Amino acid sequence: MELLKVDQIEKYYGNKSSLTKAIDDISFTVDEGEFVAIMGASGSGKTTLLNCISTIDRVTAGHIYLEGKDITKLKGKSLNQFRREKLGFIFQDFNLLDTLTAYENISLAMSIHGISVKEMDAKIQKVANQLGIEDVLKKYPYQMSGGQKQRVASARAIITNPRLILADEPTGALDSKSSKMLLERFTYLNEEYKATIMMVTHDSFSASYAGRVIFIRDGKIYHEIVRGDDSRKEFFSKIIDVMTLLGGDVSDAI
Amino acid sequence: MLFKISLRNIKRSIKDYAIYFFTLIIGVSIFYVFNAISTQTAMLQLDASEYDIIKMLQGTLSVTSIFVAVILALLIVYASRFLMKRRHKEFAIYQTLGMGKGQISLMLFFETVVIGVASLAVGLFLGTGLSQIMSAVVADLFEADMTAYKFMFSADSARKTVFYFALMYLAVIVLNNLAITKMKLIDLIQSGKRTEHVTNRNVFLCLITFVAAVIALAYAYRQVGWEYTTLDEKSLVFCIVLGAASTFLIFWSVSGVVLRVIMLMKRTYYRSINAFTFRQISSVINTMVFSMTIICLMIFITICTIASSFAIRNSMNANINKLCPADIEVCCNVQSDESEQSGCDSIRHLYELSGYSIDDHIEKSVEFYTYMDSDLTIAKSMGPFLEEIKESLPHLAYETPEVVMTVSDYNRVMDLFGKDEIKLNQGEYIVMCNFKTMKDVRDYVMKSGTTISVYGNELKPMYKECQDGFIELSASNINTGIYIVPDDVVENQEPKRSYFIGDYEENSDFSIDEIEKMQIDRMEKMEANSLNYTSGLVMDTRKEILGNAIGLGAILAFLGLYIGFVFLVSCGAILSLKCLSESVDGQERYKVLRKIGVDERVISKSLLIQTGVCFFAPLSLAIIHSIVGMRFARFFLETFGTEAVMQSIGLSTVILLVIYGGYFVITYCSSKNIISE
Repeated sequence: MELLKVDQIEKYYGNKSSLTKAIDDISFTVDEGEFVAIMGASGSGKTTLLNCISTIDRVTAGHIYLEGKDITKLKGKSLNQFRREKLGFIFQDFNLLDTLTAYENISLAMSIHGISVKEMDAKIQKVANQLGIEDVLKKYPYQMSGGQKQRVASARAIITNPRLILADEPTGALDSKSSKMLLERFTYLNEEYKATIMMVTHDSFSASYAGRVIFIRDGKIYHEIVRGDDSRKEFFSKIIDVMTLLGGDVSDAI
Repeated sequence: MLFKISLRNIKRSIKDYAIYFFTLIIGVSIFYVFNAISTQTAMLQLDASEYDIIKMLQGTLSVTSIFVAVILALLIVYASRFLMKRRHKEFAIYQTLGMGKGQISLMLFFETVVIGVASLAVGLFLGTGLSQIMSAVVADLFEADMTAYKFMFSADSARKTVFYFALMYLAVIVLNNLAITKMKLIDLIQSGKRTEHVTNRNVFLCLITFVAAVIALAYAYRQVGWEYTTLDEKSLVFCIVLGAASTFLIFWSVSGVVLRVIMLMKRTYYRSINAFTFRQISSVINTMVFSMTIICLMIFITICTIASSFAIRNSMNANINKLCPADIEVCCNVQSDESEQSGCDSIRHLYELSGYSIDDHIEKSVEFYTYMDSDLTIAKSMGPFLEEIKESLPHLAYETPEVVMTVSDYNRVMDLFGKDEIKLNQGEYIVMCNFKTMKDVRDYVMKSGTTISVYGNELKPMYKECQDGFIELSASNINTGIYIVPDDVVENQEPKRSYFIGDYEENSDFSIDEIEKMQIDRMEKMEANSLNYTSGLVMDTRKEILGNAIGLGAILAFLGLYIGFVFLVSCGAILSLKCLSESVDGQERYKVLRKIGVDERVISKSLLIQTGVCFFAPLSLAIIHSIVGMRFARFFLETFGTEAVMQSIGLSTVILLVIYGGYFVITYCSSKNIISE
């Protein structure tokens, strides 16, 4: 079933004298339960695309539909409500509140939904179990490793059962071991709980965990490959091939 | 180049500096206004005695100004150090780019100079405007004529203000310099990564401390607010120290446990973004326990100072007509010892001995004696209740004899005062008293009809309580008690003091002022050749008492306002700086909250709660302190009459609301502005 439909969107920056087309006519769809990665070099427009989908930024032209509803038309309160109820965010720099413990950080996402304390505890324990962070629930962000922080942030993103999880370079600040662990969790969430995940990354290794990779270059869709029945390693080498063609920095693809 | 960077720095960090700048301007203008009072009043048509009072006021205010300058200096140094700490990272960048410490110092010097000059200019401008209003207030106080008034600028006050503030800014520059020489680059660079310090105070210890502090405070309250009559200086100081210490400990312990307690209330803690709000509050109050204590005590002092000074002023003015119903009163001790140079059996005799006639320019007068029976001391008049009363009032002079006068003398005085005569039956007495503490004691004694013995005559009280009356002119209720007895009781007894009370001649060739001057001259001459027989010579005139009362009232009012304003501004500025910097530090957190979809309204509410607690915590304890403090003050104010106390409390509340509330509103709005970027 089609969950997200991006329809001919454009995003311009700057003024008449110097116009930058960050996104230049992009269209694609994401089905429910898909794990999509969006790849591209720095400045290719992939983060702008994510910001537009997440309603943090506004498109210059075109429409974005989530469950058939045009989210580019949302304003003010309903925008916040949409963000709160339909989306889950995972950021490169975690964006945890440094004054709260892991438990409280996760609970905050639910309390702003008005979920009762009773329900909260059970849910947090369950998601902590899935992401392997039971031990750090009582800790503050500064007492955790980067990987733990990102898993707490992921827990916060998925605990409200959002329709779409948006991840912006989630492994950007992690070492390779933590990255691997986090990505395995993403796969697990995707396969077991049918969570729809859209991940922006410039790292081929991260992208190889996805079911489909969309390549963006100069604000346009350059290519798209589907993993199908390939193993992760085969898919990884396919991604590397495209990246080489794309002219991206090969050293990015470890 | 450095100067340019300095200017740009000021512009860029205008948000941080705004409240600092605002405070400086207020400080400068308050300083100017209060020091300009004497110049401002030069234009008013005041007479000589009022001018003397203005001189005294000026003297008092300039001494107070030194104290105020010290407070402002501390505030400015605190604020500038605080702002500098926030810029460590910036200094680190300058240094890594190769700027020397000398250059950074120079840059800061420019910044301080620019801000200093600007604040002085704006402050003096504002102050000049405000001091015109102040002139109107002074004119009102002295009931002076304002028709000849012109716009005034006090160069003297301006010079003084510039001098004091230049000194303060110099202190800031020197301290900044010292701080910069001590800085290490590595510390500066790492200062951005502040490890979230979570205070983990022992809950048990906090609870014990809290209970102990509350008990200590309750004890101090009881001593000061309820058992003040037994309080001597030493125990008062002890109570003040105890109160201050327990204030600190209450803030310390509450800030330590409040979060844990709220966390136990899961429903509240995990509702909306409460968890975040409470954490923020807890972290702020944990880092400013000491500041909060100081602020709380300063607000307490402000409320009590303003309220009491205005209460005294207002009551005094109201009382004066009631308590000074005649123009002049002179009295002296009676000495009949013939072996001394010469006896003096009355005040009239004393004037005659000095070559004056006491009746000069007096229209109506009355002369009388008061007596003292050495067997009727205060202790004796307490009868069987002496021990009981000694317990509550240990510091009373119990061995002093009571003052006694006859009912017919008293009635003659009342006739002159234009008041009703009293009736007294044989074998009875009446006590005239209006000093609250003594009245209470005497009422208690008389309630059970305690008899006294005056020169061997047993007398019963005619009334169960003291009557409101006096024979000496004064500005306040300070008659501690006069026993009115039937005439025959003092027959053939030796009088103690001789009184003369009179009204000036109204339709004479001399004006009232001239008569007054003549009386004062005479008195000065009689006092100058201080012979033995002038013992106990006292003169009170209505005009003098009135002048002193207005002057004292004005001085008190100005002092109250001066100190009150400065204290409130300091409190507001400290809290405001702290809250604003907290908002700047928290900018990232608010961004996160927005990203996870928290409504703007919820964020604003959280910010309002945070700022509110910050401002309200010290205020609430200060208000409780003030309630007790005002109880204690009432005890003293009773002498002056307590009619105006509520009105004065109202006035100090308004001042508090305007200044402290103003800071609160400004802080909230600018915080909101900071976090909405």
